[in-house]
Amino acid sequence: MLRFILSRLLQAIPVIFIVITATFFLVRAAPGGPFDAEKVVLPEVKRALEAQYRLDLPLHEQYFAYLADLAQGELGPSFKYPGRSVNEILFSGLPVTAELGFYALLIALVIGVTAGVFASLKPNTRQDYIPMSLAMIGICMPSFLLGPLLVLVFGIYLEWLPISGWGAIPGDKILPSITLGAAYAAYVARLSRAGMLEILSQDYIRTARAKGLPEWLVVVKHALRGGLIPVIAFLGPAFAGLLAGSFVVETIFQIPGLGRFYVQAAFNRDYTMILGTTVFLSSLIVLFNLLSDVAAAWLNPRLRSQFSGGSR
Amino acid sequence: MTTLDSTHVTDDLLANAEEGASLWQDAWQRLRKNRMAVAGGIVLVLFMVVALLTPWLAPYAYEAQNLDLGASPPSGDHWLGTDVFGRDVLTQIMYGGRVSLAVGFIATAVALLIGVTWGAIAGYVGGRVDAVMMRMVDILYALPFMIFIVLLMVVFGRNVLLLFLAIGAVEWLTMARIMRSQVQSLRQQEFVEAAISLGLSPAAIIRRHVIPNALGPIIVYTTLTIPSVMLLEAFLSFLGLGIQPPQTSWGLLISYGAETMEEYPWLLIFPGLALTTTLFSLNFLGDGLRDALDVRGSKD
Amino acid sequence: MSLLKVENLKVSFVTRNGTQQAVKGVSFNVAEKQITAIIGESGSGKSVSCYALLGLIPSPPGRIDGGTAHFAGQDLLALSEGELRKIRGRDIAMIFQDPMTCLNPFLTIGEQLIEPLRIHRGLTREAAKVRAVELLHEVGIRSPETTFDSFPHEFSGGMRQRVMIAMALINEPRLLIADEPTTALDVTIQAQILQLIADLQKNRDIGVLFISHDLAVVADIADQIVVMEQGEVVETGSPDAIFNNAQHPYTRKLLAAIPSGEREGSAEECEVLLDIKELRTWFTAPGQDDPVKAVDGVSFGIHRGEVLGLVGESGSGKSTLGRSIMRLAAITEGTVTFDGTDVTALEGRELKNFRRRMQMIFQDPFASLNPRMTVYDTLAEPLLLHAICSRRELDGHIAKLMDDVGLARAFIRKYPHEFSGGQRQRIAIGRALATQPEFIVADEPVSALDVTIQAQILDLLLDLGREHQLTMLFVSHDMAVIRHIADRVLVMYQGKIVEAGPVRQVFDTPAQPYTQSLLASIPGAALTL
Repeated sequence: MLRFILSRLLQAIPVIFIVITATFFLVRAAPGGPFDAEKVVLPEVKRALEAQYRLDLPLHEQYFAYLADLAQGELGPSFKYPGRSVNEILFSGLPVTAELGFYALLIALVIGVTAGVFASLKPNTRQDYIPMSLAMIGICMPSFLLGPLLVLVFGIYLEWLPISGWGAIPGDKILPSITLGAAYAAYVARLSRAGMLEILSQDYIRTARAKGLPEWLVVVKHALRGGLIPVIAFLGPAFAGLLAGSFVVETIFQIPGLGRFYVQAAFNRDYTMILGTTVFLSSLIVLFNLLSDVAAAWLNPRLRSQFSGGSR
Repeated sequence: MTTLDSTHVTDDLLANAEEGASLWQDAWQRLRKNRMAVAGGIVLVLFMVVALLTPWLAPYAYEAQNLDLGASPPSGDHWLGTDVFGRDVLTQIMYGGRVSLAVGFIATAVALLIGVTWGAIAGYVGGRVDAVMMRMVDILYALPFMIFIVLLMVVFGRNVLLLFLAIGAVEWLTMARIMRSQVQSLRQQEFVEAAISLGLSPAAIIRRHVIPNALGPIIVYTTLTIPSVMLLEAFLSFLGLGIQPPQTSWGLLISYGAETMEEYPWLLIFPGLALTTTLFSLNFLGDGLRDALDVRGSKD
Repeated sequence: MSLLKVENLKVSFVTRNGTQQAVKGVSFNVAEKQITAIIGESGSGKSVSCYALLGLIPSPPGRIDGGTAHFAGQDLLALSEGELRKIRGRDIAMIFQDPMTCLNPFLTIGEQLIEPLRIHRGLTREAAKVRAVELLHEVGIRSPETTFDSFPHEFSGGMRQRVMIAMALINEPRLLIADEPTTALDVTIQAQILQLIADLQKNRDIGVLFISHDLAVVADIADQIVVMEQGEVVETGSPDAIFNNAQHPYTRKLLAAIPSGEREGSAEECEVLLDIKELRTWFTAPGQDDPVKAVDGVSFGIHRGEVLGLVGESGSGKSTLGRSIMRLAAITEGTVTFDGTDVTALEGRELKNFRRRMQMIFQDPFASLNPRMTVYDTLAEPLLLHAICSRRELDGHIAKLMDDVGLARAFIRKYPHEFSGGQRQRIAIGRALATQPEFIVADEPVSALDVTIQAQILDLLLDLGREHQLTMLFVSHDMAVIRHIADRVLVMYQGKIVEAGPVRQVFDTPAQPYTQSLLASIPGAALTL
């Protein structure tokens, strides 16, 4: 198992390195310097600014200086908000996005797994069709459509829930969490249904039934673990998707999180901010992919012993 | 080189034989029994025909405005209403659909071309070539592409061509993995070994024995890639990073609609309906094809 | 005294294409303290009957249409699922065909073993473990304490089947239903498991219902035999009556299908057609340092016109040897000389010409035909590739091939999935014969087939071999089949040939201990008496 984690870690390092390098040069290759927009900048002020942001150095020296900063966890100053560092901005948004993502993931897992398992127990009956049709709607209803529709219905017509903000008014966390989590609940439902159907058709499920186990025990003890491995493996990609989804959801609901900052930085051409956020989010995504792969492998005894460097 | 295809030879022997049902025919029969998939297919064909003929079918010109009218709810003149500039919503949706569908199909075609070629080579050659090629795919796979596309669009401006390429570049990875695992498992099939023992050349083996059998999963996955590509385009356009005016797409229309939904909900609902209907159709068709072609859960 | 009395059991499967009656009014008894065997080929309804008794057929599509099954004063078929559950695993236990898939890979052996005790007797984990370890010891597992905490993938098929048996017996059931418990195992392991079941049955005085497709397996252990065909019981009787005085034609057909006797030896020694010297085929698995020595220094010759049997258990390297000769597996070292030419060095056109003269028949007729090609295309491919005939003569050649392998010409436009296993194997044989080869490697060509079909295909191969003067390397795990078809035999074990000689000599006076143990494991000793 340790060897497995190590090999995946070794694979993650070049990925993060590629991300840093590609992002850095992409951003630098962008047409138009960051201060071109400000018309009234005096040449000497501009030169001072460029020196402050190290734009006067040759490109490769800028790159190595940036790598050196990164090694110390320093993402540099923001172009747009002088005086604030990218680190500060990121860490002010991180808790909000993390909380939103956590609720969304919770919704996705609880609703998705329940619906998927439920559907798999009686395939091709109403108990299967109804949750799976809902899941299909979830997949075909993107967050940027679902969000406004939910706001329209629950916020504006029914006036049950607040339509924007985060943590200011009670209940304002409900709509954003649902908006972000719905599509993933749908994916999880489909994945867990397929996974459970696969496992429930295995010979060892018949063995368990032949032993006289009650059906709930057959499902919970013998089928669930294997059936949910695909769901665990999906959590990594789902995390990346949730982050991207937070761009939209935080914009719709005006939530001061990482996603909104990123989109704003993109529009403001705040290059250090874009660079810093990309590197940070990418590292998070790579880390989560790693974690979900490891978790999925850990659930499989054969893989677990194979990579433990043990006897077999 | 002599061709091995013998299907065009017909005479008594074949004429007197019972007709066999190929797996394709069987699959077609199964697909036809799946009502949702058939409905999806019909809707899709309908939308594509409308998209192709939009300049002739659209009730109004794309640029036509009626500032005096402004935003109006659905009526006899404007079946789906008008937007704040008095533009006909139905016309906007039809032109937007051209772009959305084009992005979906073209980007998927890019992914298909790169992915299938890459996967087929890796799978058939095997060994070190395979290891290197698939390791590259693994590394690219781990890249957070959504963020990268946003970055690309920010840096290089909102260029439709770039959008095709960027989306195609993300989606080919899965295609390559599926194709490789197909080719690899087919290579170990006894009927391919039998073809090798017969002395068939590798090219003939790929053409006659591998590709026809790998086609099913590729068709299914292609059908399911189109909606995810369309979603991606709509997502970017919603954020203002995709399609730019004067062009329009469903994502962009939804984004405008969301801004004014309080007063003019039809501006959100109809473009949303167009997008979800298309996504539904593609997903149902894809699921139906998966069942009909008996493709097991796609790997990875 | 009858332990289980099944009367007029009817089971059907309701599918989209209509209702199919799998079991059509079956009646049989399982006597107490005896082994009752149900014999039948695939589709005979033998397994379905037994699964239906315990409510283990998936429903839908399965449906019990009628009948009674009296066990311990109750009608099993009339019980609710809850009542039936109390009987399953306590009074009636089951073991299954494939031990590799029947144990849950995610749970430890111990956890699975104690489940029946915990559910049916409410034992504590500790008490159950004591009992489980005892039983593991009894079924012949050497270190039961460590086994208890291991996962299934750490064990071989034979060991897993022992665990399955322990699990079935842990509640001291009165009836054990064994569904083809040895079919997936190697012969030597099969013999051990059969012995174990017979011993346990005697020690515990339980009733056993033993389902099998193989009369020979059943011959040694059964007290009573029930023969089923297409959902009906056609004959019931003691082994003695069945084997010596079978009444029903189907039973006689089954008996006739058991490969027996030897070929009339074509004793005259001909020239050596194929000469194999010091052949080694090693594989290096990714991430592994030591190569797997699948074939490790093998030398032998095959005479023109002879059938050489190659016998060995799974993992012995016999299939790899066949594939190496065909140049389907990469040879590490050694030479294969075919009619004076070393084929290991051939490439391109020369290799193609050599391939025309050597063909292969594969084990699995469901995998060895391209599912997207009609029979016509499958047979036309080799004919056109090697220019065996012109396009004008093509139809005539294909018709001749169809006749040769005993397939109706009317099937020519059909696809592989429209044929049965035996018919598919005929198509595969036709394809191999199309190039008019001199030498054929037949890799377990009958082991995936039902017994009666197996006999037909073996006879077809022998006839065609004689007619076309074929030389054949016949690879099989089945000693009886080898004895039936081969002139000479090679015994392979762990990549090496341990014994070689004429069939009679090897079977009557085996020199090597491994060969002796293989021969001792052949089921059906009772039959040959």
